[in-house]
Amino acid sequence: MLIKKPDDIKSSEITDKKLYLTRRNFMRGAAFAASTLATGFVYRQFAVPAPPPVKGEKIEHVQTAQAGAESFPPPPGEALTSYQEITNYNNFYEFSTGKSKVATAARDFVTRPWTVSVEGLVQKPRVFDLDDLLKIAPLEERVYRMRCVERWSMVIPWVGFPLGKLLQQVEPLGQAKYVAFQTLHDPKRMPNQRSGVLEWPYVEGLRLDEALHPLTILASGLYGETLPPQNGAPLRLVVPWKYGFKGIKSIVKITLTDRVPPTTWNIAAPDEYGFYSNVNPRVHHPRWSQAKERRIGEFSLRDTLPFNGYAEQVAGLYAGMDLRANF
Amino acid sequence: MSAPDINFTRIVLFTNGLVPATLLAWDAYQGKLGANPIEFATRATGVLTLVFLFLTLAVTPLRKLTGANWLVKFRRLVGLYAFFYGFLHFLTYTWFDKFFNAREIVEDVSNRPFITVGMASFLLLVPLALTSTNGMIKRLGGKRWAKLHKLTYVAAIGGVIHYYMGVKADTTVPLLFAVVLAVLLGYRWIKSRMDAATKNSTLGIQTPPR
Repeated sequence: MLIKKPDDIKSSEITDKKLYLTRRNFMRGAAFAASTLATGFVYRQFAVPAPPPVKGEKIEHVQTAQAGAESFPPPPGEALTSYQEITNYNNFYEFSTGKSKVATAARDFVTRPWTVSVEGLVQKPRVFDLDDLLKIAPLEERVYRMRCVERWSMVIPWVGFPLGKLLQQVEPLGQAKYVAFQTLHDPKRMPNQRSGVLEWPYVEGLRLDEALHPLTILASGLYGETLPPQNGAPLRLVVPWKYGFKGIKSIVKITLTDRVPPTTWNIAAPDEYGFYSNVNPRVHHPRWSQAKERRIGEFSLRDTLPFNGYAEQVAGLYAGMDLRANF
Repeated sequence: MSAPDINFTRIVLFTNGLVPATLLAWDAYQGKLGANPIEFATRATGVLTLVFLFLTLAVTPLRKLTGANWLVKFRRLVGLYAFFYGFLHFLTYTWFDKFFNAREIVEDVSNRPFITVGMASFLLLVPLALTSTNGMIKRLGGKRWAKLHKLTYVAAIGGVIHYYMGVKADTTVPLLFAVVLAVLLGYRWIKSRMDAATKNSTLGIQTPPR
């Protein structure tokens, strides 16, 4: 028969059951709280709140929309999208593919000195210093709808002038049929150009008659202030009847040409993005319907309008064309 | 690893699973989901569905690698969370995007592979959620139940394809998800091959030495 060896733990050293339970409860509480906090922390890494907006400089002598021929007040029943939203929800892949991350990624983008070369089939090619370029014509406020191909839209008070006024300066030749645009290519200043998400530099194009249309503007500001980097500073294209990606940002080169210029999104996905890319509620994107859109700041959807509501002014440019084939 | 207190761990897991939904709801209430809150909620719930699906798929490899068989006791809870977030994702689409317009939904599902794949993957999760009770396991029988629940693999593959198709140009994150899924499913495949091989060798199917 085995004789039990006396325990080497004295009974006085055995933790009191009550204390053991409080300690266990404490450990459990800690595990519970720590894991919950950790999960919340991980979730927060993917849901970063928007940073406070960085204001631009006030632009002097902006002509506000005048009554008459080319008048651009906010469309009735359509409020301006807020500055905060316009400047924190951007597709500008040169900085980031996250729409709410562009503002932060582009914050330190320096836009002076800046030149824009206008060349190709023109009488007088010229490299414009930006400040000279902005004096070609009076800067006007233009309140335009902006319809993104991704099904969201805004109403934006741009500051700019008609692209046609710039093209007049260089005197396009008779053979010129198209206008090609190019964004700055400088991965040091536009860090996401190091990635291969798109072919760099970003290029866009218009037919010459589209480029000369009075609604087509080069914008240097919004809400009466200079463009913040995330919106395409210092100079961008705005073609309000086309999907937003046609509005190429941070332009450094404009070339007049006799052939259809390549365009970045068409190169990336030719079946999804055509050269024209006119807003058209009847021609759908392969992955979603284009019949409706969500206006930023609104809950319900709006019907998308042909040519983004500018059909009266621009439909004539496409008379007799099959808009389904030329999407 | 020794088995933890099952009930307590279940409570911890249950609470943690609710954390993303709670924060999402809280941010929405505070108006802090950015300029396009519905797009954000759609993306967030979609990604969370995949995350919870992957966690359920990680249970088997982890069990076999660590011997922590008790992990299986939490799989149903995690799987139901995958269904929960999948349902929220489905709801953001049918409600906030289509406003329950059946004609538009049918048009979308039948014409757009991106939507077709997403919808099919979600619908595959429905029978899995419905048969997750003990009663249903009994009624189906373990073997049949296990076979049915292999649909999780199909749903996960479909979900990742849907995610990849939905992205415009930056496919980094969807590809990362694809790699993780490949590891989770690849482990099963290799393991079954190896098990088959050892079974063969113990049966004495060997080539004689020359």
